[in-house]
Amino acid sequence: MTPNLEADSPQSPRYRVALFATCLADLFRPSVAFASIQLLEEAGCEVIVPEAQTCCGQPAYNTGDYEATIPLARSVVAMLEPFEYVVIPSGSCAGMIGTHYPRLLEGQWRQRAQDLAAKTYELTAFLDEVAGLKRDEPSNSGETVTYHDSCAGLRELNIRQQPRDLLQRLCDITVSEMDQTEVCCGFGGTFCAKMPDISAKMADDKLANASQTGAAVLAGGDLGCLLNLAGRARREGADIEIRHIAEILAGETTPALGKPQD
Amino acid sequence: MQVSSNQFVEQASEALQQPHAVQTRDILGAFLPPVRDNAAAQFGDFQALRDHVEAVRKHALENLDHYLAQYEEQARDNGNAVHFARSGDELNNIVLDIVRRHDARQIAKGKSMITEETGLNAVLESAGLTVTETDLGEYIIQQAGEKPSHIVGPALHKSPDEIRELFLEKHNFGPRELEDAPAMVEEARRVLREHFLAADIGIIGANALIAENGYSMLVTNEGNGDLCANLPPVLIVCTSVDRILPRAQDAMAMLRLLVRSTTGQPVTCYTSFYSGPRRQDDPDGPVETHVILLDNGRSDILASDYSDMLQCIRCGACLNHCPVYISAGGHAYGSVYPGPMGSVLTPLLSSLEDANALPNACTSCGRCAEVCPANIPLPDLLRDLRHEEVTRGLSPGRWRFGLKTHAWLARHPGLYRWLTGLAVSLMHRLGRKRGGLAKLPMASGWTSQRDFPTPEAGTFMQQYRQMQDAADD
Repeated sequence: MTPNLEADSPQSPRYRVALFATCLADLFRPSVAFASIQLLEEAGCEVIVPEAQTCCGQPAYNTGDYEATIPLARSVVAMLEPFEYVVIPSGSCAGMIGTHYPRLLEGQWRQRAQDLAAKTYELTAFLDEVAGLKRDEPSNSGETVTYHDSCAGLRELNIRQQPRDLLQRLCDITVSEMDQTEVCCGFGGTFCAKMPDISAKMADDKLANASQTGAAVLAGGDLGCLLNLAGRARREGADIEIRHIAEILAGETTPALGKPQD
Repeated sequence: MQVSSNQFVEQASEALQQPHAVQTRDILGAFLPPVRDNAAAQFGDFQALRDHVEAVRKHALENLDHYLAQYEEQARDNGNAVHFARSGDELNNIVLDIVRRHDARQIAKGKSMITEETGLNAVLESAGLTVTETDLGEYIIQQAGEKPSHIVGPALHKSPDEIRELFLEKHNFGPRELEDAPAMVEEARRVLREHFLAADIGIIGANALIAENGYSMLVTNEGNGDLCANLPPVLIVCTSVDRILPRAQDAMAMLRLLVRSTTGQPVTCYTSFYSGPRRQDDPDGPVETHVILLDNGRSDILASDYSDMLQCIRCGACLNHCPVYISAGGHAYGSVYPGPMGSVLTPLLSSLEDANALPNACTSCGRCAEVCPANIPLPDLLRDLRHEEVTRGLSPGRWRFGLKTHAWLARHPGLYRWLTGLAVSLMHRLGRKRGGLAKLPMASGWTSQRDFPTPEAGTFMQQYRQMQDAADD
């Protein structure tokens, strides 16, 4: 799915939004970023993709290298602060900017980080709470979907109901809830590579809980979790389609994560 | 404190190879969190109680010198001997002195994490004493020759079948069924009753020390603490300086928080306050009582950036809610304090050199902080410990170099774009037909347990730029 770049932009967009695509979507799943643009435009936003964006700095930060993270965090703050809103298709990156930058940075940078945090939103939170995205007729792919609540979005940003409401409202999909949906999938950034056996056990538990719902699709809001789960599902031969929620909401038809692409 | 925490990864992998133990832990992981969550929900404004107790704990710790002095004075007035122990060895030696002075042979112990921390049992046993743990969980693991796997439920890793086999082997009662848990509990009671009556000295812990009256508070569900405290002629309370609370009402507030967070009960079956030795007209109780307050590095923690950790009330909720703890099991941590609280406390009580694996045993999922009754920001403290590992060069060099390089590259978008573009296009070509890559250079940690889902053709930033250029033309 590609964004409709040639369409006439609305006379006066309701919001001027910078999309921070996240490094994982940029490198490994561009569909998520394109789907995000499509949804934001559908909600009447003018979407800008700042050219200098790379990564929010979580890998170094969570590993404890604050010194390497601080200059990167400052450059992200400087890049994003001119915009009315910043939207990110990831709870953990939005949490990094919204919760951890103000903790990490000091002095005037802390103030600037707090100002940025106040206008930074995870994608589903923005679409649901700020833009109030609606459709005249909900699209329905007929898919059964279960939803993994990624930890940072859930606990740092309180994202729980927004993705479910959007799936219902925009796609007429009622989430088939799995057991222990709020338990970590074992990704944890570098954790999954430092402690792969524990991580795999947690991913297996998550995949088993998801499979038990009978849903065809396991959706989530964070590519870190989804890459971990799709990678483990492929290795173990688990048969469930794994997708970012933006793809589902936008009707994205690219092969699901970890599936053959041609 | 003796630890084997740097073998965490290997110990956890071994634990994951034992299907029965994994299953036992999975059951706990599913059962324990809702127990606490329901109790918290039924309480009403549980968060307000958490905030109140946190404020009280912070105040007590910030004025620890004042409250310790007040406690000591009150406890002495009540007839107790009060001792301060700087280290675990000092505590063990104080106990040994008391034991020798009374020519004691048998000791009955209530559950005490402090004496687990100092390794008291081994010291007493090598001095020729018979030590009997009387908390059922502690008794089970003592019989099995194991260490606690949980700070509240030390034998939670044992299945009923294992306990049955253990009792049949260790208790000399002839052929019998021991068909269910009540039968096993009944048998343990029968055995332990003799030990309570025969003990020369009782040793217990404390959940709180109350400065205004010099009492110690202990909660149990079995009443064994009371029997240890009241039947033997000498009582020793082994505790630590951070258990201090200013007032009796603070202990009551803490109690409401503690028990709900631990077992989901509104209150434990037994909540006892010990004032001191029996008075002239008392019909029973010990004739001599001691309180030993252990520091063992806690003053240093208080003065450090990790002082919030001293607010811990040892409820175990962070263990029960931690998916890493549930997966790996308590023994993998190689410390008497496992789980999130143990991953912070163990390096602080031993050294970061000896326990640098533990702060990494965390996905930063935040579930521990969400339920911690003491509002301890555990994921932040764990990350700060990882920061210290980086600063002191304790984390693996290739990790430090790799992430530093990544963070540097991320500040140079042109070069970042070029390098990542190359990598992505290569990965796409190699894996597009299959949908995943089973091996990746420099990512064996990832690919040892999972494939890498094949990236799409071209990065988002490349594709977006091309589309914009096309639209502009």
